[in-house]
Amino acid sequence: MNLELLKDKFGLGDDKLYGVMGAFSEPDDLVQAGRKIREMGYTKLDAMSPFPVHGIDDAIGVPPSKLGWIVICFTVLGAATALLLIWYVGAVNYRLVIGGKPFFDFSYSIPVTFELAVLFSAFASFIGMWAINGLPRLYHPSFNYSQAHRASDDRFLLVIEADDPKFDVEKSVEHMRGVGAGDVEVVEG
Amino acid sequence: MSAVLQDPALMEVNPPLVRSTNYHDLTEQISAIVEGDVIKTPTKYWITLGVTASITGLLGAMLGYLLVTGIGVWGNNRPVGWAWDITNFVFWIGIGHAGTLISAILFLFRQKWRTSINRSAEAMTLFAVMCAGIFPLFHTGRPWRAYWLFPIPNTDLNLWQNFRSPLIWDVFAVSTYFTVSALFWFTGLVPDLATLRDRSTTRVKQVVFGLLSLGWRGSARHWNNYEKAYLILAAISTPLVLSVHSIVSFDFATSVVPGWHTTIFPPYFVAGAIFSGFACVMTLLLIARWTLNLQNLITMKHLENMNKIILVTGSVVSYAYACEFFIAWYSGNIYERFTFWNRAFGPYWWAAWSMYTCNLIIPQLYWFKKMRNNLWVMFIISITTNIGMWFERFVIIATSLTRDFLPSSWGYFHPTYVDMCTFAGTIGLFLTLFLVFARFLPMIAISEVKGVLAVEKHTFKGEEVATR
Repeated sequence: MNLELLKDKFGLGDDKLYGVMGAFSEPDDLVQAGRKIREMGYTKLDAMSPFPVHGIDDAIGVPPSKLGWIVICFTVLGAATALLLIWYVGAVNYRLVIGGKPFFDFSYSIPVTFELAVLFSAFASFIGMWAINGLPRLYHPSFNYSQAHRASDDRFLLVIEADDPKFDVEKSVEHMRGVGAGDVEVVEG
Repeated sequence: MSAVLQDPALMEVNPPLVRSTNYHDLTEQISAIVEGDVIKTPTKYWITLGVTASITGLLGAMLGYLLVTGIGVWGNNRPVGWAWDITNFVFWIGIGHAGTLISAILFLFRQKWRTSINRSAEAMTLFAVMCAGIFPLFHTGRPWRAYWLFPIPNTDLNLWQNFRSPLIWDVFAVSTYFTVSALFWFTGLVPDLATLRDRSTTRVKQVVFGLLSLGWRGSARHWNNYEKAYLILAAISTPLVLSVHSIVSFDFATSVVPGWHTTIFPPYFVAGAIFSGFACVMTLLLIARWTLNLQNLITMKHLENMNKIILVTGSVVSYAYACEFFIAWYSGNIYERFTFWNRAFGPYWWAAWSMYTCNLIIPQLYWFKKMRNNLWVMFIISITTNIGMWFERFVIIATSLTRDFLPSSWGYFHPTYVDMCTFAGTIGLFLTLFLVFARFLPMIAISEVKGVLAVEKHTFKGEEVATR
């Protein structure tokens, strides 16, 4: 991780533009506005909402989550770990006759194999989700927006990020107002 | 639009799950309990907490006494080596199951009514599993050696676990269950912790909720991955919850003890677990709904739906009882036949008939809509169900062990006061943890309830357009 990125995360870097943000009071309005803004040719968009808004991914171009692929790998890894452990313990390292049962067998390995597969998948989806999202982090430029605290309450925010090639402070503010956003602000971060 | 929501005719046909028309109002209603500024925490809350905390102290005293004296302070003795401790273990684990069922299975079935109750049900799962864990842990006699249960290479033992034994399967099942439930619960909490962070008025709250909410900002990209993670956790919790009580039942089913050695145990235990768990959620929710005035969020519809599930699972349990008796007779095995005769008419007849009354007869009242909607009836049934389910585990364990193959080694189990106080103590611990949770964390999933409200607004909007 380079120093610039680290500074960014803790909010220590020089002030630069984060983007233009606006607020809506209903999810449907956010989705419609997001779609219109995207049709204008913007590509670096984000939205913030108190609950997942359906249709927003499609409207502002959020790609489908890759988390499933990560998790399935860990599911297989968990099952393999369990089988390897049971086989190594019972048939290699500590061979002990108990009730005449075989040293290794798939039938009695099922419960532990299943449980470890579940455990590994759970950790993969939990840690994986936060990692993909770049969380936890202490600071984000969007927190400077005057309505940021309402994104967890009753406002649906739309962002045109400053690193969008089509971004232009005045025009973007105008566009944002044009699609019906309230409290439009230029946010620094 | 709010006029549509309040239109009594429409409410009749399709009663809303959330009695509110406004996102901010929901945030206020739920956060106010946690913040304690606007709605002052009632004195009765602190008194109740004091009582339950004292009972938890009793648990500490009993466990301390056991540690310095030995496992003999419990009534476990030949022929009943698994007595109250394993009964209590199965009882508590079973209670936990409803939480996962509500949070995972009902989520997969898109049952929107779960959103008002899932958070508290999940918390209940965690606390119940904690209480459950105490019993086998202390039954080992030397709980400070608990790490011997896990396959960790260690120099003081130089042994490996026996993976051919269902007891080690249980270790894996219960510890996985606890971990996954905790992760699921915390994942669900993060957006609500962010809400509390954004509403914080003091520096301490800002820092605490700020750290706990991990910098959540509700970005669409985040929600996208978050929903995926939530779906995956629900999808893996569903078979997990079914596996946990199945594996608990293997502890019994893989033995040769008459009354235990039956293949019906896994589904029978799972149904019983959900039955008792829903009853326990009901008890806690009724108390919370009453003391914290949550009538707008936990509506009669939620309660009625839960009562229906109690009726279904209670009937499955009743069927399992009947099936067990039938198979005992039909198998022609004299030991099986004796065990079941002995259950109903032997020295533990009182326990068996308490269980039949509570689990088989009383929940059948829920066939009547009036009963499903009566708060007093549901409160009483939620309590009797858990009494019945405790007796079920006790009957299975005690009647089978006191009289098995050799009449010369028959016996009778007497609990000691330590047994009783330890069990009472876990109830105290459970209630204390729940009370603390209900006061200091959002008891209702704010973001999920808002999602339901958004869908309802959308639906009602559609109807409005269609009819006018």
